[in-house]
Amino acid sequence: MNKIKTIILKEWAEVFKNRMVIFTVAFLPLLMTAIPLGVIFGTHESGSETASQTNLDAEMPSKLTNAMCPEGLTGADCYQVFMVSQFMMMFMIIPVAIPVAIAAYSIVGEKITRSLEPLLATPITTTELLVGKCLAAIIPAVLATYAAFGLFALGSWILIADKILLTALLDVRWLIAIFVVGPLMAVLAVTFAFMVSSRVTDPRVAEQVSMVIIVPVLAGFFGQMAGLFVLNATVIVWVAIVLLALDAGLIYLAAKLFQREHILTRWK
Amino acid sequence: MIRTENLTKRFKETLAVDSLSLDIREGEVFGFLGPNGAGKTTTVRMLTSLIGPTSGAATVAGFPIGQRDTDIRRNVGVLTETPGMYDNLSAEYNLRIFADLYEVRDATGQVEKYLKMLDLYDRRLDSAGTFSKGMKQKLAIARALLHEPRIIFLDEPTAGLDPEAAHLVREFIAELKKEGRTIFLCTHNLDEAGRLCDRIGVFKTRLLVVDTPANLRTSVFGRKVVFHLRAADEKLAQVVRALPFLREVRLVDSKLLVILEDPETHNPEIVRLLVGAGADVQFVGELRHSLEDVYLQLVKAA
Repeated sequence: MNKIKTIILKEWAEVFKNRMVIFTVAFLPLLMTAIPLGVIFGTHESGSETASQTNLDAEMPSKLTNAMCPEGLTGADCYQVFMVSQFMMMFMIIPVAIPVAIAAYSIVGEKITRSLEPLLATPITTTELLVGKCLAAIIPAVLATYAAFGLFALGSWILIADKILLTALLDVRWLIAIFVVGPLMAVLAVTFAFMVSSRVTDPRVAEQVSMVIIVPVLAGFFGQMAGLFVLNATVIVWVAIVLLALDAGLIYLAAKLFQREHILTRWK
Repeated sequence: MIRTENLTKRFKETLAVDSLSLDIREGEVFGFLGPNGAGKTTTVRMLTSLIGPTSGAATVAGFPIGQRDTDIRRNVGVLTETPGMYDNLSAEYNLRIFADLYEVRDATGQVEKYLKMLDLYDRRLDSAGTFSKGMKQKLAIARALLHEPRIIFLDEPTAGLDPEAAHLVREFIAELKKEGRTIFLCTHNLDEAGRLCDRIGVFKTRLLVVDTPANLRTSVFGRKVVFHLRAADEKLAQVVRALPFLREVRLVDSKLLVILEDPETHNPEIVRLLVGAGADVQFVGELRHSLEDVYLQLVKAA
């Protein structure tokens, strides 16, 4: 356990000296929090002005109102809930982008400086090393996601006077997404980034290629915006189950790649 | 301390190490000489349990490789071919990481001890990336010694260093030798090997020869004695050639070059013979082959 802690602290000391990593870890959560809060603020202001003039109930498809809006919400409030829900997928970019940036610089950085061999020559096991490196990338990502969600919840509480609307905005879907799906996506991203990093020699290339993992998140975001599906609690639970299975598979593959001999003789 | 039996490593079609059998004693400095690509680094990696052999067996510090790998890594120190420092981190933190990974009890004390010993203490808070190549190499040596291993593998410790830095590193290795540590030294520097090593193994995929530096100089070429004569000619050479214990006699200018096994015993007889044949012997000297000659001869023949 102490060795894992040593690796985590070492990783953080190294990667957080990199401006690109600092930018990703600090700026991305702020951006992802500011956008939905801006939407809440904007729709709340315009919604209160127009709610009395327009019957928005009639304009919202019933499958959306059933999935997202509890009894007692006006059409304008339900529209606001819908709009903000679109950004749930954007929050999922945080636990994907941050581990990718950290893992890419961590692994490729070690390859460039050739510091992996001395590390592998110590009594540390490859499992401890892999776990240490993964956690070093996952912990900041998860904490940043939680912090961003906390800011978002706080901002919503300040901006929205209507407690029913607030409850609808921060319902179980959000909690499952942030506290279950987020960490699972971080694991997926970091294992994927490790596999990509083992094949390239430039951290920027590793980061760019690994960012492919964001594509399904963006597809989900635009799919939902286009009305192809509704992210209700059942869908989110299924996403979590699929992610769990994918994580297990990728961890198995990463562990196979992360063997001393493999690293020293095949990683280029 | 290190024993290998037919240790072999093959990478797909490439045979990197072929049936290496060695027995390195405790406290011995063993020089492992060979050209680039000879398989030296692969051998070090096998002996430090970084990669497994294809066949054969080895024990390091009494632990068999492939079975007690963590114990082996705990008992050996490795200076890899490239120092591989964390350039953004301070020298002190670089060492601290490894002290923790080796579970060194007094990590702070050990880090301080080696920083001082290698004259890096004043720069301990500077990033390793700001260090010169020589300083980085010293830092890497410190890192390999933090846990006080009894066996140390040094892969090209002076490669690319300026003469002053190389001298410092060599002096430090000599100190380690005095402490009775077993050192496995991979090097291209034959002078270094000759000065530091108790025995040398010349290696090119397979072990070509193992002996002390002094014996290597003589065993490959034989001992050469030069008889400086006032006037040497073929007739005198023929007289000497008649002696049964000589391997070769050559006439070079006014010198007679004689290759033989035991000059201490046979030189007086040759001198007597030459004087009897009318030669004026001015002086007699032994022509010493350098390790480089020996090395080149062996590697070329392989």
